[in-house]
Amino acid sequence: MAVTETVAAASARDQTRERAAEFLISRHRYGWPEALPWLIAIACYFVFPDRMTFGSQVLVMIMFALSLDLILGYAGIVTLGHAAFFGIGAYVVALGALRLGWSEPISGIVAAGLVAGLAGAVVGWFILRYRGLTLLMLTIAFAATLQESGNLRSDITGGYDGLPGLTFDPLLGYFDYDLYGHTNYLYALVVLAIVFYFVRRIVYSPFGQALTGIRENVRRMYAIGSPVHLRLVTVYAVSAAIAGVAGALFTQTNAYVTLTVFDFDYSAKVMVMLILGGTGRLYGAFIGAVVYLIMEDNLSKLSPTFWQFGIGLLLVLAVLFARRGLLGLLEDAPWRKRKKP
Amino acid sequence: MSHVATIAVSILFDGLAYAMFLFITSVGLSVTMGLMGFVNLAHGAFAMAGGYFVVSLTRSLGLGFVPSLVVGSTAVGLISIPFERYLYRRLYKSTDLEQVLLTIGLAFMSIAVFTYFYGPIPKSVPLPDWLEGDVNLGFRAFPSYRAFLIVLGAALISVLWYAFEKTNIGAKIRAAVDNRRMAESVGINVDRLFTLTFALGSGLAALGGALAIQLFGLTPSFAVLYLVLFLIVVAVGGLGSLKGTLLAALVIGIIDTGGKYAFPVAGNLFIYAITVIVLLIRPAGFYGRD
Repeated sequence: MAVTETVAAASARDQTRERAAEFLISRHRYGWPEALPWLIAIACYFVFPDRMTFGSQVLVMIMFALSLDLILGYAGIVTLGHAAFFGIGAYVVALGALRLGWSEPISGIVAAGLVAGLAGAVVGWFILRYRGLTLLMLTIAFAATLQESGNLRSDITGGYDGLPGLTFDPLLGYFDYDLYGHTNYLYALVVLAIVFYFVRRIVYSPFGQALTGIRENVRRMYAIGSPVHLRLVTVYAVSAAIAGVAGALFTQTNAYVTLTVFDFDYSAKVMVMLILGGTGRLYGAFIGAVVYLIMEDNLSKLSPTFWQFGIGLLLVLAVLFARRGLLGLLEDAPWRKRKKP
Repeated sequence: MSHVATIAVSILFDGLAYAMFLFITSVGLSVTMGLMGFVNLAHGAFAMAGGYFVVSLTRSLGLGFVPSLVVGSTAVGLISIPFERYLYRRLYKSTDLEQVLLTIGLAFMSIAVFTYFYGPIPKSVPLPDWLEGDVNLGFRAFPSYRAFLIVLGAALISVLWYAFEKTNIGAKIRAAVDNRRMAESVGINVDRLFTLTFALGSGLAALGGALAIQLFGLTPSFAVLYLVLFLIVVAVGGLGSLKGTLLAALVIGIIDTGGKYAFPVAGNLFIYAITVIVLLIRPAGFYGRD
């Protein structure tokens, strides 16, 4: 009798465990709708061959927003200084090409990611003990310090006038850059796909679950013995590395960089994109960056003042009525509701 | 007087004037953040609004500079009340992120509105004769406007200190900053208190914004450009502390003035360096509570 009870309990436990594993694996599985953004991106290459420079900018901003989503959307770290790491990546590549003659693009991106990631680990180790206003101020101050330091040595960085006319070697020693940015677009798309695969793995891993736990209830994570600070520093470093890669791509596709990449406005802008698309949901970065940049491109031509008012109004409305972004609205749409029991 | 002493006195004087501007503009932000823990990134927008109101009052209506300061800051204080009532109040219990987004959205909108009406070109105000030129203090002459700023700042500090420490309403504010729930349970209406301090803080910010025109000029980007500075003063001083805000304003004002004198290219580097060092050692600021 006692034995059967134990067996029943054990099998029930196994079932629960299996269900949990099944849940984690099913979240991880690729669904068909996920191919859509990539197919659209490839289609754009053929449909808008003369807008490829703009297309590369969109891809770079998607990557930057994705890096922010990792810390803001998943780990709940509120930062207004993420442009710091984007700028570090941008300048690693620019200074490497100009001062050291290191103009091989792919190794440049890797180096930019490593340097930005290292910076993220060091800075994160210091600042991630704090939350709220203190953390917000430290992130702003860090980005601003980098910008001012860069301006202090404008003989090296080119200051606000920037470093124009950067040249990079042909991609893989074979694909040269054309005037219309076709190579750049495909190059940025491939890098984005690799980065996205990596971020997706992180988000659906147990590590990603731990991050969500920290965001939702940090006290409980301490209570179950999760190394909270280490987890936060790790994800901050990874996010910084991705932002660095995005920055490096930015420099390479523009062949130009100025200290404005460290601007407060820039950090705020990428956050707006992410919020617009929806945080903590991977494809929010895609929708947000695309919608924001296309609107900016069209509306700011009409009137920059009007555009700025619009983006402010969008933010206010998003906070009051659509806290989970455009993707959240899409999920709440009436035709989706009927499917759910 | 020796050369070094002359420079030191100049730095101290200019730094003090700068610190008074920082204090007047930031003190309201500090108290409202201390009361509600609300991250208000639109504070700089109220300061900018004050500046533009004073420009219009002096230039278009021909009102004197000092009366315009009074009218402009009172107007902004009153205008801020509906914002607090109908927008801010909905987000007191929300996350930092939502407060940041709402208020930065408001800041962007205000920049656009003021660019539309006033244009992007820097504005100035006409000063009365007694604020132009220098004032002689016996041992040397100082710019009158900065002297006025210091005297005005000192007067406001005295008034605020008295109101904060000696009056009934000040005691209520201090109680609510210390422990909001306890204050509410002894019958203090914290909501009304907050509306009052919010309006007062926005009015003071508007005064600061108007006073800043003569120092830095006024463009619509003021709302975001100096916002970081106000937030730094608040964070370094400690939320909800009058003493802390004053100390932070003095430290930042004087060190930044000295730093800019010695290394003009360094820009705001000294301010950011102080911020990082202070916050890493004392995360809650000089007089903040953990």
